[in-house]
Amino acid sequence: MVQDPRSSLMKATKGQSRAASGLSRRRFLQAGAAAGGGLLLGLHLPLAHDAAAAAKSDDFVPNAFIRIEADGRIVLIMPYVEMGQGTYTSIPMLIAEELEVDLQQVRLQHAPANEKHYANPLLGVQATGNSNAIRGAWQPLRQAGAVARTMLVSAAAKRWDVDPASCRAQSGEVLHAPTGRKIAYGDLAAEAARMPMPESVALKRPEDFKLIGKSARRLDAPAKVNGTAVYGIDARPTGGKVATLAQSPVFGGRVKSVDDAAAKAVNGVRQIVRLDDAVAVVADHMGAARKGLAALKIEWDDGPLANLTTEQIAGELEKATLSPGPVAQHIGDVDKAMAGANTKVEATYHVPFLAHAALEPMNCTVHVRKDSCEVWVGNQALARSQGAAAAVTGLPLDKVVVHNHVIGGGFGRRLESDGTTRAVQIAQHVDGPVKVVWTREEDIQHDMYRPYFVDRLSAGLDGNGKPVAWNHRFAGSSIIARYLPPAFKNGLDPDTTEGAIELPYAIPNFHVEYVRVEPPGIPTAFWRSVGPSHNVFVTESFVDELAAVAKQDPVAYRRSLLDRSPRAKAVLELAAERAGWGQPLPQGVGRGVALQFVFATYMTQIAEVEVAKDGALRVRRVVCAVDCGTVVNPDTVRAQIQGAIIFGITAALHGEITLKDGRVQQSNFHDYQMLRMDEAPAIEVYIIQNAEPPGGMGEAGTSAIVPAITNAIFAVTGKRLRTLPVDAAALKQAT
Amino acid sequence: MAFSIEVNGRVHRVDVDGDTPLLWVLRDVLGMTGTKFGCGMGLCGACTVHIDRVATRSCVTPIESVRKARVTTIEAIGATAAGARIQKAWLNREVVQCGYCQSGQIMSASALLASNAHPNDAEINAAMSGNICRCGTYVRIREAIKLAAQSGGPKG
Repeated sequence: MVQDPRSSLMKATKGQSRAASGLSRRRFLQAGAAAGGGLLLGLHLPLAHDAAAAAKSDDFVPNAFIRIEADGRIVLIMPYVEMGQGTYTSIPMLIAEELEVDLQQVRLQHAPANEKHYANPLLGVQATGNSNAIRGAWQPLRQAGAVARTMLVSAAAKRWDVDPASCRAQSGEVLHAPTGRKIAYGDLAAEAARMPMPESVALKRPEDFKLIGKSARRLDAPAKVNGTAVYGIDARPTGGKVATLAQSPVFGGRVKSVDDAAAKAVNGVRQIVRLDDAVAVVADHMGAARKGLAALKIEWDDGPLANLTTEQIAGELEKATLSPGPVAQHIGDVDKAMAGANTKVEATYHVPFLAHAALEPMNCTVHVRKDSCEVWVGNQALARSQGAAAAVTGLPLDKVVVHNHVIGGGFGRRLESDGTTRAVQIAQHVDGPVKVVWTREEDIQHDMYRPYFVDRLSAGLDGNGKPVAWNHRFAGSSIIARYLPPAFKNGLDPDTTEGAIELPYAIPNFHVEYVRVEPPGIPTAFWRSVGPSHNVFVTESFVDELAAVAKQDPVAYRRSLLDRSPRAKAVLELAAERAGWGQPLPQGVGRGVALQFVFATYMTQIAEVEVAKDGALRVRRVVCAVDCGTVVNPDTVRAQIQGAIIFGITAALHGEITLKDGRVQQSNFHDYQMLRMDEAPAIEVYIIQNAEPPGGMGEAGTSAIVPAITNAIFAVTGKRLRTLPVDAAALKQAT
Repeated sequence: MAFSIEVNGRVHRVDVDGDTPLLWVLRDVLGMTGTKFGCGMGLCGACTVHIDRVATRSCVTPIESVRKARVTTIEAIGATAAGARIQKAWLNREVVQCGYCQSGQIMSASALLASNAHPNDAEINAAMSGNICRCGTYVRIREAIKLAAQSGGPKG
């Protein structure tokens, strides 16, 4: 369990620390003595989706801490979670760089769930998502490291009675160069805590970086190759039982009756818990729980959504795109430009509901006691789990302890706390701890889905085929409106429209509207690459359509629109060169390109796709060029792009959740398929290095690959696919 | 019903129904949580263990079918020559992301390498396509298997 360092900081620093106002427009840092000696710095790191609202806050609320202990260990306590994206390695690199220590010297602890202390109180969000960990931490963590270093140097200079300018920090020590004297950080930490915080610090120049920009070993890897990493599903509190559950197959349905005689007769089954809309089987082990679940006879009252189908939802959304919605972007005069255009192009696109299907199924372990509640879970938004447990039990937040765990795949699913809510509801009926593990079927049929969207676009081209007008209206669910209501303003939010309203291309008259339509009863949630997962497919398909109408090469057409976006042009040209764009390909193979600027990262992907006579598809090769500004850990950037591309190919070729009779029709990996080893293409990643601030990397790769694939299919078959996933049957004999 | 099973060289007695999948005996009864649950239908490979050195999906393997066979799990695979090479190559190539599938991937890859010292791409596909990685580490898994094969000595 992590001790909350905040209280000791507040106590210890009273009257002696001050905010370093010169470091930032907003106060962000406090320094003081750590409990038990040593130096403690508290700082505020922005979390997912909190940029806009954070600006409103005047109160300094630290949510990350750096503790330099008397024995020389450096502990970073931070609110970001590791879910495979390499954050536990790249974040410590920032602090180690400015503090002048080896990466191995930095130990990482996850901050405890504490909405008040670890997130902005205006937001109630302690979350990792939207590819913003490195983006948010880039300045504050380096500045905090530099402040700590400066205070350590001051402490050493004072002890030696020399000018601090004659001292320097290196490898975890302060060195007085003229005399060769050295003191280790641990010996200085307590004295450093009494030094004044510097008003300003100079950060290293990029050419002086020792760690940033060089590939570092993942700190979490060894435990993940020998089976010792402990995920939420591995929690085993003493005396714990295991439960699994059936939730109403129709969203909004309820339990009508349960015959549990056969289930109770199963060896190892201890208890059946009946809730309004779910039934759980509690047992000694999951084998017995599953056997018990299969033996239950549950009659459901399906409720008002018993006849709901995907087609109905799509029809509603399509209708919604016929009426005006809130204006998300407006540049120039689209109507006038459209009226004067030489050629007009129109298209409508559909993208489906998608499940997350993280390989670790949803699970949460809970022990409800009379006056407290303990939760073991792997979650991207820890404080939300804590809040959910408090809401169900009626306990105050400080009586709910949440132990976070390594996450077996997040992708947005574990930003949600529905799994905690459900587990606590069950645990309230159980004496002792109970681990609630969802079957894969429950995990897929009771996910919170990437929303279905329908997009209607039109464009006007001039005599040279260049776009002079762009009109885009789309309809679908807003996750932000539910998850973070203050950020949903005037019918718009920054996530749902990302990738649609700021294209890298110069289009003089540009208009985008978003119509929020929530599908009845179908829960929706963030899904890897969030807004761009939908918008980049639509915009990059449509740009490709315009190039085709203009009878121009897709790369050349895009390049001609990028004169004012040199970084976008550079990734396009690099990818085209490395992919051999324009070089001959075998019969039945085509190349497609997509370019995007999302999460503050520029990226081009070129996919080589083979379409067989029977319509079967194979993505043979993907070339990606990326400019994500300063690269902290290049190997992690490559790994994230490789993985994100696989994630995107799965969506393009296989991903679709459909509803019939109000039920999700897919249930496991036979009908909700994942890309596998034999389908995985060769992937080449080329990184453009520069000193721009870092862009996000966890998600960007997932969005660009999808239109790159469908554009390649167009190149080889002449068929334009405007609905995902790719319908292989429709491509039969198309070559 | 009581069963004796040998896991990683140790004999355990467990009292469960004979149709209980080996996965739950390992995880919930014996507390060996390195072997993971992903699908329960043998579709994803997260639960892969070795039964007499053959990669086997423990989620669809009833405990009564194990009998006297030797079960090896991720917790002990590093003690085998192929397993140690695979784990080392996994670290060398920085394969893991979320890591949840990697126990199963490593068990499948270790079984492959133990029976085929120098697998080609088609053989890697055949051995590894039953293991899903949602983070999409396939490119590196392939590289790591090839690296592990090289580290075992020249192709002969």
